[in-house]
Amino acid sequence: MSGLRILVPVKRVVDYAVKPRVNKAQTAVETSGVKHSMNPFDELSIEEAVRLRERKMPVEDILAFSAGPAKSQDVLRTAMAMGADRGILVVEEKTELEPLGVAKLLAKVVEDEKRNLVILGKQSIDDDANQTGQMLAGLLNWPQATQASKVDVEGDTCTVVREVDGGVETLRAKLPMIITVDLRLNEPRYASLPNIMKAKKKPLEKKTLADYGIDANKRLKTVKVTEPPPRQGGGKVEDVDGMISKLKELGAI
Amino acid sequence: MPAIHRALPALRRIRIANATFQQASRIRLQPSAAAAASRPAYQLRYQHAEAQTEAEPTTSASGADHAPQEQPDRPQQKIKFTADSYPSLKRDSRFKELTEDDVKYFKELLGSESAVIDGVTKDAFEELDAFNADWMRKYRGQCRLVLKPESTEQVSKILKYCNDNMLAVNPQGGNTGLVGGSVPVFDEIVVNLARMNNVRSFDEVSGILVADAGVILQQADDHAAQHGHIFPLDLGAKGSCQIGGNVATNAGGLRLLRYGSLHGNVLGLEAVLPDGTIVDDLSTLRKNNTGYDLKQLFIGGEGTIGIVTAISILCPQRSPAVNVAYFGLESYEKVQQAFREAKKQLSEILSAFEMMDGQAQKLYAKANGARLPLEGEHPFYCLIETSGSNTDHDSEKLNTFLEHVMGEEIVSDGVVAQDESQLQSLWACREGISESSQHFGGVYKYDLSIPLPQLYSLVEEARSRFESNGLMGDSDDFPVMDVIGYGHMGDSNLHLNVVCRRYDKEVEKAVEPWVYEWVAERKGSISAEHGLGLAKKPFIGYSRSETMVKLMRQVKELYDPNGIMNPYKYI
Ligand SMILES: Cc1cc2nc3c(=O)[nH]c(=O)nc-3n(C[C@H](O)[C@H](O)[C@H](O)COP(=O)(O)OP(=O)(O)OC[C@H]3O[C@@H](n4cnc5c(N)ncnc54)[C@H](O)[C@@H]3O)c2cc1C
Repeated sequence: MSGLRILVPVKRVVDYAVKPRVNKAQTAVETSGVKHSMNPFDELSIEEAVRLRERKMPVEDILAFSAGPAKSQDVLRTAMAMGADRGILVVEEKTELEPLGVAKLLAKVVEDEKRNLVILGKQSIDDDANQTGQMLAGLLNWPQATQASKVDVEGDTCTVVREVDGGVETLRAKLPMIITVDLRLNEPRYASLPNIMKAKKKPLEKKTLADYGIDANKRLKTVKVTEPPPRQGGGKVEDVDGMISKLKELGAI
Repeated sequence: MPAIHRALPALRRIRIANATFQQASRIRLQPSAAAAASRPAYQLRYQHAEAQTEAEPTTSASGADHAPQEQPDRPQQKIKFTADSYPSLKRDSRFKELTEDDVKYFKELLGSESAVIDGVTKDAFEELDAFNADWMRKYRGQCRLVLKPESTEQVSKILKYCNDNMLAVNPQGGNTGLVGGSVPVFDEIVVNLARMNNVRSFDEVSGILVADAGVILQQADDHAAQHGHIFPLDLGAKGSCQIGGNVATNAGGLRLLRYGSLHGNVLGLEAVLPDGTIVDDLSTLRKNNTGYDLKQLFIGGEGTIGIVTAISILCPQRSPAVNVAYFGLESYEKVQQAFREAKKQLSEILSAFEMMDGQAQKLYAKANGARLPLEGEHPFYCLIETSGSNTDHDSEKLNTFLEHVMGEEIVSDGVVAQDESQLQSLWACREGISESSQHFGGVYKYDLSIPLPQLYSLVEEARSRFESNGLMGDSDDFPVMDVIGYGHMGDSNLHLNVVCRRYDKEVEKAVEPWVYEWVAERKGSISAEHGLGLAKKPFIGYSRSETMVKLMRQVKELYDPNGIMNPYKYI
């Protein structure tokens, strides 16, 4: 078969180490003035694509793709610094795209760019939807292997080990296919300085939803976003001695 | 009370571990470092390292002195009484011994049950131990009375009574000091500030925080954070040390390069003199040129002229945009160049510049089974942190800087953290060294200020000393494994560590007093940030002239004529 033409979608999300806060109107999580980075699962996807190439698989091209605000180009640059060859950014500032919208968009990209392998994060940590990969597989009618913890490609056959409750499952399918990745798949590399420099010169194409004939209309309505209830209980003691007598009282020591 | 005996050290450890965890969730410390911190041995191993820095030259029992530290992984080891380890120290007979009447007075004064730990009229040995033993488990006093006042007035009455009755006093904060200053030598009364822990005020506009001395550093910072500000000091013992203790030791820490020392940030303080006088200098003014700036005497005074009961301190705006880069460099020359360029190009957003030599990083990787961020080996590594208010602005500056240092071949290789967890992992490469340095048995540690151009030659000279004296080698036959150097490049502060398989008097002799002489010749400081306490008291002459020491003694005599405050220590 011909080489692997990989598509890796990446999303810019609130950094996973930042504690999310619900906005005053309780309609979403506060995003302004908050540190953003690449969705951690997407780092794994990029890493895996790059490793396939490093393992001398016939990787022709790694395309990183993102849809969202213009700032998403930062995560595309990171993806390119990690080893993606080029990037496409669909700029959409106003509306937060839903998984189905993204899946439709990706289907078009797959078609336009003649992809035969899409590696996605199993979910993005902002909405935790865990749907895009599956929907994309449905739209394209391609085989899918979700939550991958190991990926092997031989000829046009892909073997994926995936994590399931209480064990692992090994799947095999023929390209083209969809893979979504889980945390144990690999350990993403740091973006090295020379590669960050190189990434600046890699092509990054900017497009709009209209270019792909997709509209951003929402099908879902967010009714309300709330914080989890605060932890209950917990008394206050004056000092260590107070704590010790309390612990004794409770029979803990 | 065996239950309490078990509980107290455990509680202390939990607090330290907590501190590290909390810190991890804020800005730095990699998960692995945090996990390490939760191991019971962490505390001991860290302490242990520092403990070896300071051997009193007069001690005749120094071999024995090392004995309790031979197996650093066992937290429950007995610590010898300081008085036994250092027989040259004698109790000052002018000090009265505590009686039941004294205890009665204090109990009535303080009222609350938990404010007094009384080992005079009953057996409270185990309970007192937490206040007698220091964090390094090197020193252990024999105090029989701990007082925990709740107000400045109570502190005043305690000190006045002690002064009138010639009772010696040991002020104590979080007891995380690293030079033996925080615990008694003999039977000094411990006055612990833990119950004075209220934030008095925070001014949103100026960022000035006024708080009791017993507020824990982490809490002070959390409070400032709620208002978008940052406490201008950060250090590993954050979850346990108190801001009063920080001021008393003039602690330096990780943010000094950016925010400066406490001598500048502390705007005012409230303190109590031995005679009970309350010094109310809790100014919140940035400018106040009206007479001698006496508060400075309490900053770094290590509790020798009075007890700090409250401080007012200027907290800068907290930076929403933080970036970290990590470099490999081929020589110390290049490290200096990189530092110059960082100052020039990153100027106001530069918040840390840390240096690690190749040996230090290899040791970190080996001790933690960690992978270093860069491929290949480099003789030197640097960590640079920027903090600013505007991500785009900072990134642009940082990128220009990175392109420059790469292009000019000042750095050979480097990585930039792309997210928070990478940022923490990069910090761990620096912060994890201290713990790693004692992973293989032990370490002799020196915390020194040295002019930048000469800073690293000390490490090279120390290394060649050990290469030629037959004490260092690859097999177990040699006590020394390696000599490593790292530190706060931005503050000219070097940590020289002699990494050992076991403690050996010969190793110590090979470094001391040579290292102090070396530092003195270059007009450096033999204690950059940890202070003097008991451990470094004998060595002050290497960093201060006779005249200076004489003037210091005059200050001490003026404010503490009876010498009741933290005796046997400092100068
Ligand atoms: C893990 C760890 C990391 C550290 N990192 C750094 C670092 O990066 N930089 C640095 O400079 N230091 C560092 N230190 C040492 C530092 O000096 C202390 O951690 C801290 O500043 C002491 O505060 P404390 O409340 O524990 O004081 P203590 O240890 O209780 O006391 C220290 C000294 O101050 C006196 N004192 C305490 N409170 C008062 C008061 N209210 N009034 C008058 N005197 C008082 C005591 O008598 C004693 O002499 C570190 C220590 C540890 C354990």
